[in-house]
Amino acid sequence: MKSTEDEQPALTARSVVMSYGHTPALKGISLAIGKGEIVAVTGPSGSGKSSLLLCLAGVVTPDAGEVTFGDRRISAEGEGQRSRLRRTEFGVLFQFGQLVPELTAIENVALPLLLGGRRRSEAMTAALTWLDRFEVGGLASTRPSSMSGGQAGRVAVARAMVAEPKVLFADEPTGALDTLAGEQVMAQLIRVTRESGTTVLLVTHDARVSAYGDREIRIRDGQLDHHPARHLASVSGPDGDLG
Amino acid sequence: MSTGHVLLGLLSRGQQHGYDLKRAHDDRFPAAKPMAYGQVYASLERLHRQGFVEPVAVQRVDGPDRTVYAITATGRAELTDWIETVETPFVHVANPLATKVTVALLVTDTAYATTCLERQRASHLDAMRRYTRAKTDPSLPIHEVLAADYAIAHLDADLQWMESALQRVAALGEAIAT
Repeated sequence: MKSTEDEQPALTARSVVMSYGHTPALKGISLAIGKGEIVAVTGPSGSGKSSLLLCLAGVVTPDAGEVTFGDRRISAEGEGQRSRLRRTEFGVLFQFGQLVPELTAIENVALPLLLGGRRRSEAMTAALTWLDRFEVGGLASTRPSSMSGGQAGRVAVARAMVAEPKVLFADEPTGALDTLAGEQVMAQLIRVTRESGTTVLLVTHDARVSAYGDREIRIRDGQLDHHPARHLASVSGPDGDLG
Repeated sequence: MSTGHVLLGLLSRGQQHGYDLKRAHDDRFPAAKPMAYGQVYASLERLHRQGFVEPVAVQRVDGPDRTVYAITATGRAELTDWIETVETPFVHVANPLATKVTVALLVTDTAYATTCLERQRASHLDAMRRYTRAKTDPSLPIHEVLAADYAIAHLDADLQWMESALQRVAALGEAIAT
């Protein structure tokens, strides 16, 4: 039997509201994401899916409502605490092409550990292990300008995973990669995060990426989009009740 | 797809009898309906009459005689011609999903049509999730990976259409109302 701790969701949002100035982005979103779940957040452009990711990852605090990570109410924490949380417990992966161009693959991957105060030799060893897990260990000394899009993508995922986050947030993780390169990145990302039991939140407009998730959370106009079964008999037409 | 051309393709790798051809077909094309023995022998007879294959031996192994066929030079030319002929792109003019949206708008309203589209979208995405999961198994044979690629690409086309339709459904509703 699972313990209570196992059953506690990794992340929850309760009635989260957020606006950019007078423009509402999230209009009261409530959801729970289980530990080790891979969830795709989808919706049309401007629907609020990236804003939801920013709130859940503690990058921004909502105007109302709360976000919790385990027992921590992160929406009530200050920037310093949230920043530490993002470095230690969360991995963030934005559209590819964000590797530091002057650094080699291994230096790019070691960067989050070095910024977190880890010794250089330890950070480089861990970085090589993660490059190997994504089958790009051979590129350790290569700079991003000499990598293919797919290779750079895998290095970026290795960098997001090197601190062994509990939750990985990925916003359009395949970016502008072609279908096959995007597929390789996604297949390896899913394999590695399933092995490590990492919770993954994938924000995407691409159904092919969404299909890697265990389930989908659909956002429309800043709200969760439910589409429950409705029978024609219960729907009133222009001429009255069709039932 | 032409059964005859598929058999010619299989014979291009070397002479075979009908029994082996049926098994080779079912192995190579797992997404296709398994070929019936009767269909294999009927196709081989037709190909023989056309001069595309010829019987080269009769084998007997614990059972009935099995005629071994080989592809002829004419058969190879026919096969090349078929492979190199570009297929006319299939245009899905009659889209049953679009018909359903229009009918939903005729009998009810935009909200209802949107609900129907979202439910259809969820069902398509479920199917895509199943193919995606199957494809991430590294032991899946490459021809099955390609078959899954094809299914995913077609589901993706429908899903993209549904995303557009969801954005246009209000405009379609207004057009139908006037």
